[in-house]
Amino acid sequence: MGTGKFMVVIMASMLLIHTVYAASDPASEKLLKSTSDHSKFEALQQDFSSGPEVTKACLTCHTEASKQLHLTQHWTWEFLNPDGQRLGKKNVINNFCTSVASNYASCTTCHIGYGWKDDKFDFTSEINVDCLICHDSTGNYRKQPGLAGNVVTKPMEIPPGSGNMVKPIDLKKIAQAVAKTSRDNCGACHFFGGGGDGVKHGDMDSSLASPDKALDVHMDATGINFACATCHMTEGHQVPGSRYAPTAQDKGGAHLRGKEYTTNPTTCQSCHGQAPHKANAKLNDHTNMVACQTCHIPAFARGGVPTKMSWDWSTAGKMGPDGKPLIRKDAKGHLVYTAAKGDFVLAENVVPEYLWFNGKVKYTLFGDKVEKSSQPTRINHFEGAADDGKSLIWPVKIMHGKQPYDSVNKSLVVLHMAGNDDTAFWTNFNWERAIATGMASVGAPFSGKVDFLETESTWPITHMVAPAKDALHCRDCHAAGGRLEKVSGIYIPGRASDHARWLDGAGWAIAALTLLGVLLHGLGRVIVSRRHK
Amino acid sequence: MARVYIFKRFERFWHWAQAALIILMLVTGFETHGTYVLFGWETAGKLHTTAAWTLIVLWLFAIFWHFTTGEWKQYIPTTKNIVAVMAYYSVGIFTGATHPFRVTQLSKHNPLQRLAYLMVKIIINPVIWVSGLLYLYYNDLGVSKIAGIAGLKLGSIALVHTGAAFMMLAFLIGHVYLVTTGHTPLAHIKAMITGWEDLDDRKSNRRRMAPARKESA
Repeated sequence: MGTGKFMVVIMASMLLIHTVYAASDPASEKLLKSTSDHSKFEALQQDFSSGPEVTKACLTCHTEASKQLHLTQHWTWEFLNPDGQRLGKKNVINNFCTSVASNYASCTTCHIGYGWKDDKFDFTSEINVDCLICHDSTGNYRKQPGLAGNVVTKPMEIPPGSGNMVKPIDLKKIAQAVAKTSRDNCGACHFFGGGGDGVKHGDMDSSLASPDKALDVHMDATGINFACATCHMTEGHQVPGSRYAPTAQDKGGAHLRGKEYTTNPTTCQSCHGQAPHKANAKLNDHTNMVACQTCHIPAFARGGVPTKMSWDWSTAGKMGPDGKPLIRKDAKGHLVYTAAKGDFVLAENVVPEYLWFNGKVKYTLFGDKVEKSSQPTRINHFEGAADDGKSLIWPVKIMHGKQPYDSVNKSLVVLHMAGNDDTAFWTNFNWERAIATGMASVGAPFSGKVDFLETESTWPITHMVAPAKDALHCRDCHAAGGRLEKVSGIYIPGRASDHARWLDGAGWAIAALTLLGVLLHGLGRVIVSRRHK
Repeated sequence: MARVYIFKRFERFWHWAQAALIILMLVTGFETHGTYVLFGWETAGKLHTTAAWTLIVLWLFAIFWHFTTGEWKQYIPTTKNIVAVMAYYSVGIFTGATHPFRVTQLSKHNPLQRLAYLMVKIIINPVIWVSGLLYLYYNDLGVSKIAGIAGLKLGSIALVHTGAAFMMLAFLIGHVYLVTTGHTPLAHIKAMITGWEDLDDRKSNRRRMAPARKESA
């Protein structure tokens, strides 16, 4: 036996001893939390050529999954407001990119399905549910814009004619590595709502993919590292905590294991209860008036990603000196003007606005009459009042918009924004034609006259919860001109506008007159005593 | 010089502790009201609450003391000589007259003082105390289910509490000034510190005002 061979034998036996030893001590084995290794599943040992093929394979074991997803807003993009308004992405016209209608192939990049390219999409199709967008763990699963939520499985030029070649993704590898939904999965769409990172919500952007404690005390990547679903605790794929049906005031206590709850598990109270302040119990006296978020989210867009505070469509369509669509960036390199979208105002570390909110949100919908006036049209607004017993003071982001509308029919319009055709606004920069196509796509009348309407939309601020030490201080609200200066219907000690002026006036007058009286009396005594001397 | 021991040890402790607490509460109270910034709102609020509880405890002792010693009788209002005392403060004090009232252990307050302190004890203090406790426990009023309390608005409670605070402030200003109106400017304050009041030795119109029972050293 040569030395080399001998060494190999020695090393092999050492390895063997190690393996035997490890196997003989189950306590040192790392526990796999899942009972299944998807890479060993027979149904996934194939080269998939489309998304639906993967779903088909998933459904062979998870037989009811698609049926569950069909019931979610993630699938329907529709929500029936308790007051009867038909809401959801599918129906609402917002003051960001405005409408999904007429732009399906582009917008449905963020749909949890495959192939929603027009209003004929089959919502009963089980194989068109996209499992991977929420369960990919590789980070390689991408849905390219303009493909109606389909994925690239062959090299493809996107957009066509751009010369930008997109490589196909390996669906087999991705399918074999599926996992529980992570922040990245949710974030792939929700961080980028409104057409870019942080644009829409203000309290959700890519900085939450791996935040530190100061940005989000719960999601703190090196701390308790919550996933979105830790709070948005799903059951049967139903995700609680939608902003369409928010719980403005949770009067319940912390949820206990083993107990059945019908209330929203996403609220702060569902973990923290009604009296969470131990060190300073007086703070608990605020919880019947003030939402937790009001003090504990001192500002939004805190992670270094700006959010859009206003969007002026009316200036869109400008060409630069080179004849190409104009683009302007701010000092940090963020877009503040594009020919495709107009002017933006961006902001970071934004102090929210505050209002009474009872959980009811009212929308101005497509088809509702809108009127140009000194007040912006409210795309949506939060209802609530100090004395309705259901409202708390909530922090919100108010998004200001200036968007096209039909000035003759007094109607919001469906814009045909994206698409490789000669009417899409983003390729032709012609409002009349883009709107004519958009309106025609939903069978709505269009007068041909376009004007721009100032609008406003309201977004709840509920993410980016700061550590307790960074929460608001008393003086932030208990002062003249404090954060809650505009919130009416409540007496806030220290807020000057709540004072009874007559009382303060009379009180100080009496004190001053008393002082003056005694000073004069004293002066009299001094003068008299000098004379006597 | 004649002296009379009129303020006993507890009484002096009570007075000065109360004085300090009331001044602290006025200062912190008007800060929480939003009139100025001094300690910072949170600290002001905490000091105000702590001082309030301290004062309440002090009051409980003082009330006990007043009733067990019979000192409460010092505050029974009287109209006897009240006109003379008023005349003294508005005229006599400037003409060099002596005070028409002579202090004794059994009657250490002149009729105006009796009235003023009684007003503090039965009006200002209770109003501050009650409105202050309602303020402090505002959140639990609804739970009380007591009609007339459960529905109280914080604004109304604050209004009454602030009003009473202004009354206390006016009292304080007058009180501090009147301390200097003894036969020497420091006579009264000395009495409140040592317990002994020096009596005015001048003989003028005092005799006719002298109280029935005289106890002087």
